[in-house]
Amino acid sequence: MSIMGTRVVRVEDPVFLTRGATYTDDLTDERLTGALHLTLVRSPIAHATITSIDVEAAREAPGVVAVLTGADIDLEAPLLFAGAPKQMVRPWLATERVRFVGEPVAAVLTEERYQGPDAAELVDVDYEPLPAVVDVREALKDENLLFPDAGTNTCSVYNKEDPDPDFFADCEVVVTREIINQRVAAASLETRAASAAWGDDGRCTLFVSNQNAQGARDEVAGWLGVDASQIHVILPDVGGGFGAKIGADPEFALVAWLARHTGRPVRWSESRSENMTGMVQGRDQRQTITIGGSRDGRVKAYRLDVIADAGAYPRLGVFLPVFTRMMAPGTYDIEKVDSRATVVVTNTTSTAAYRGAGRPEATSAIERAMDLFAAEIGMDPAEIRKINVVAPEKFPFTTKGGVEYDSGEYAKAIDLALEASDYATLREVQKARRERGDAKQIGIGVSSYVEITGGGAFAENASLEVHADGTALVWTGTSPHGQGHATAWAMLASEQLGIPVDKITVRHGDTDHVPRGGGTMGSRSLQTGGVAVHQASLELIDLAKARAAEILEASVEDLEVDTANAAIVVRGAPGSPTVSFAQLAEREELKVQTVFDGKKATFPFGSHVAVVEVDTETGKVTVERIWAVDDAGPVLNPLLCEGQRHGGIAQGIAQALLEEVVFDPDGQPLTATFADYGFPSAAELPSFDLVTMETPTPINPLGFKGIGEAGTIGSAPAVQSAVVDALSHLGIRHIDMPTTPLRVWEAIQDAVKEDG
Amino acid sequence: MIPVGFDYARPDSVDGALALLAEHGEDATVMAGGHSLLPVMKLRLAAPELIVDIGRLRELNYIRVDGDEVAIGAGTRHHDVETSELLATEVPLLPAVARTVGDPQVRHRGTLGGSLAHGDPASDLPAAVLALDATIVLRSPRGERSVPATEFWTGVFTTAKEPDELIVEIRVPRTGTAGWAYEKFTRRANDWAIVAVAVVDGRVGLVNMGSTPLRASATEAALAEGKSIADAAALADEGTEPPTDTAGTPDYRRNLARVLTRRALETAAGR
Ligand SMILES: Cc1cc2nc3c(=O)[nH]c(=O)nc-3n(C[C@H](O)[C@H](O)[C@H](O)COP(=O)(O)OP(=O)(O)OC[C@H]3O[C@@H](n4cnc5c(N)ncnc54)[C@H](O)[C@@H]3O)c2cc1C
Repeated sequence: MSIMGTRVVRVEDPVFLTRGATYTDDLTDERLTGALHLTLVRSPIAHATITSIDVEAAREAPGVVAVLTGADIDLEAPLLFAGAPKQMVRPWLATERVRFVGEPVAAVLTEERYQGPDAAELVDVDYEPLPAVVDVREALKDENLLFPDAGTNTCSVYNKEDPDPDFFADCEVVVTREIINQRVAAASLETRAASAAWGDDGRCTLFVSNQNAQGARDEVAGWLGVDASQIHVILPDVGGGFGAKIGADPEFALVAWLARHTGRPVRWSESRSENMTGMVQGRDQRQTITIGGSRDGRVKAYRLDVIADAGAYPRLGVFLPVFTRMMAPGTYDIEKVDSRATVVVTNTTSTAAYRGAGRPEATSAIERAMDLFAAEIGMDPAEIRKINVVAPEKFPFTTKGGVEYDSGEYAKAIDLALEASDYATLREVQKARRERGDAKQIGIGVSSYVEITGGGAFAENASLEVHADGTALVWTGTSPHGQGHATAWAMLASEQLGIPVDKITVRHGDTDHVPRGGGTMGSRSLQTGGVAVHQASLELIDLAKARAAEILEASVEDLEVDTANAAIVVRGAPGSPTVSFAQLAEREELKVQTVFDGKKATFPFGSHVAVVEVDTETGKVTVERIWAVDDAGPVLNPLLCEGQRHGGIAQGIAQALLEEVVFDPDGQPLTATFADYGFPSAAELPSFDLVTMETPTPINPLGFKGIGEAGTIGSAPAVQSAVVDALSHLGIRHIDMPTTPLRVWEAIQDAVKEDG
Repeated sequence: MIPVGFDYARPDSVDGALALLAEHGEDATVMAGGHSLLPVMKLRLAAPELIVDIGRLRELNYIRVDGDEVAIGAGTRHHDVETSELLATEVPLLPAVARTVGDPQVRHRGTLGGSLAHGDPASDLPAAVLALDATIVLRSPRGERSVPATEFWTGVFTTAKEPDELIVEIRVPRTGTAGWAYEKFTRRANDWAIVAVAVVDGRVGLVNMGSTPLRASATEAALAEGKSIADAAALADEGTEPPTDTAGTPDYRRNLARVLTRRALETAAGR
């Protein structure tokens, strides 16, 4: 019986649930014996010139081994995003100017961890405040520059062509609106951490919490100016990343540099407060959407203008509008699509990837546009979507966003979601509540989405080795941090070899064992690394057959795998001699290494229907139900897949309702604790209704697409749309995310006022 | 998130604790559940030199009927208030309010006395105690005194308690099971209230509508005059000075106070 598609229970959980995971800060590795503890002095001001830094008192504090400022560090300050103006480098420790609250200014090294904060308080920094640039429109004016040498706050412009004034000329109806896709924090429960030790061989062992060991190694080596072979990155268990742990943080290299400088291992683990200003944040796009078409519901032209916030130092966030532009038309077959994006720096935390990374921004924009257009012509939001989606016979479909959608049945996904939710009945309930004038109204939101997975690195490697004791070992270049690869990869190998899942160990995140690898991000793992494990299994079988042929004195063509016994047998010859993988391994190492290259990205899609209740007297929104069709091709393990969808849907709902990183006009963060930052718990979420749909992709032999981000991308627009829909009878057409009680209540007040 | 260093003492009696407070004056800080104190220490917003831990003093942990009142030891955990069978029949408002505090971990640590002493206007229990017309019993080496809840809170995080005094007991009138309700408005289940309203016997306590827990006096007066619930509730925000933060503007909070008061009064009327 095939193991594929079955609910194999996660093999990683017994340890997580009993002994607990071992995160970077938990390590008791002997290489870290005698480590110093790093405490960073961080700027309390968003924008200022530093007039002096006095570290003398701190040097005298108990346990202090060294206190360093930027002047002590002989490394070139790194540009954290290659395409940004070269002046926008981030100092290792700020010396002349600070550009966001939380920017490191001095490094304190102490014998014991608890001594660090006391000493750090004694570092005396004089700041002369500068006007803070917090709003992207302010930044665009270039009146206050973060990097005067650069001469501008703009760090990137995508599509410099002026918009065509006649773009919407043949549209009967045109609707335009500025909307905000707000900034959110990844808020991974494990904060950032790094530990470094240099060996006598001149190599650095660097333990970090990250989504990609090999990428982190290359970046850190580059920053330190050493060869990548000199850095050995090891990822212990990683407690959540959500995109914010893609790529190395400059702190990692600083830790390694300090370890070399002091000749002692150095450990660093940030506090929650530091994490909420220091770790990269996500989204943050100001979007202007303009949509035009005819009164019969046909959309003809769509334009998306984006101003994105890179934060103080350009990082991956500068790139993400590229994804947003690619995915601008969403699931729709629109004649004319135009988009442009400008990315600016502001005196805030840097931005980078966050679950969906550029695609949710595109989806929310087009979905809001569809709703606005539907409202304008008085059409049902589900109907308008079905009229405009790409027809199934058009695949592979090259979009006006310039990408090729591999496979999809978008209208079918919408129909499945409508059917599951009994959409028509929901509308009846809504109508009845409106007629009664209830204080609590309901709203229904429909989203249709398509996204890119495996959009970065298309290739991934895997090695597979069977041991004489019948166990197997998989090394993968992907890098799980909660997803369940140990279970999934073992299933893929088990399916082919017949070795039971509990005898297959999956390892990752050690650059000495896996020198190459793309890590886990962009929902790429299964369709690249998973397929590589599948391919490695087939190659291992070929190798085994070649060896078995001699032993069994049969030709390779006559051999097959007996998965019940994890052995090679002669086809159609019951009772004849067999040889197991374990026996083969006993004679000679049985190991393969392979690279699978899909050469392209895949495009999972789906449709969500959300029902919310809005208390019109208080503005409070409660998500009552959400039905989600998330089609990522065949499902390897429904348990893992549902877990990804649940988490994704939760994060999408969170963005729609609750989460927002807020800075005051001086650039002070107002949401830097978990009491203030609104991420939800299970109590704020309904049970999710998951609807199955599986459309394979042709680009890999197993038909897999990625599922990691789909839920987030589909749920946020459905829920936002539902909130607006609940209030549409008041003339409300849009409320920005997060649709907090305050914001919803204010929208109602404004609508009522306008009416009166 | 590492506090400034401090000394730690765990006296084995209230008298022992009082002696330490008398000896160390303002340098000493009492810790009960630690769930308000430790967060501010970890953020380095407070740096007491000596922590006097009263969290394990059993003599402060009780709930018993005493004449017309229920006497509750200051060290009683929120969880014990929440699950008290005695309170469920004598003063059901208190368990209902305690149930809304934070999450189960917080409720197993935090104490009633700590919550009142901390004096956060966004806390739940102070407004309930205020609406109940309770009495707060303070003890110091100078003796014991009782302060009506209406006079206990004097400003944000400040109370009528002297530094050498401990709250030892809270005395609450036995209300019976009728006429009470608690409406707490939050974004998330385990948040502090954006606004909350406690109603008992026609008295109304407001959470997070000013620098201290408040009584909605205008509403109470209107009810006493026999006005309708709707009319009385419309006055709930009179005389308040609600704060501004990311969760709410003063206008929004005023609206919430009126809506929640109406809802709480309606629920109370049905009980
Ligand atoms: C995550 C989290 C969520 C929370 N959510 C809520 C919420 O929703 N609603 C809410 O109301 N509260 C909430 N709290 C606060 C919680 O209820 C606290 O436990 C309570 O406010 C303080 O009680 P404590 O016993 O922990 O006091 P401690 O932290 O020990 O002390 C607080 C202050 O009171 C003083 N003190 C304590 N006991 C006495 C005494 N007997 N006599 C004199 N002074 C004393 C201390 O010196 C200190 O100044 C939350 C706390 C946390 C950590």
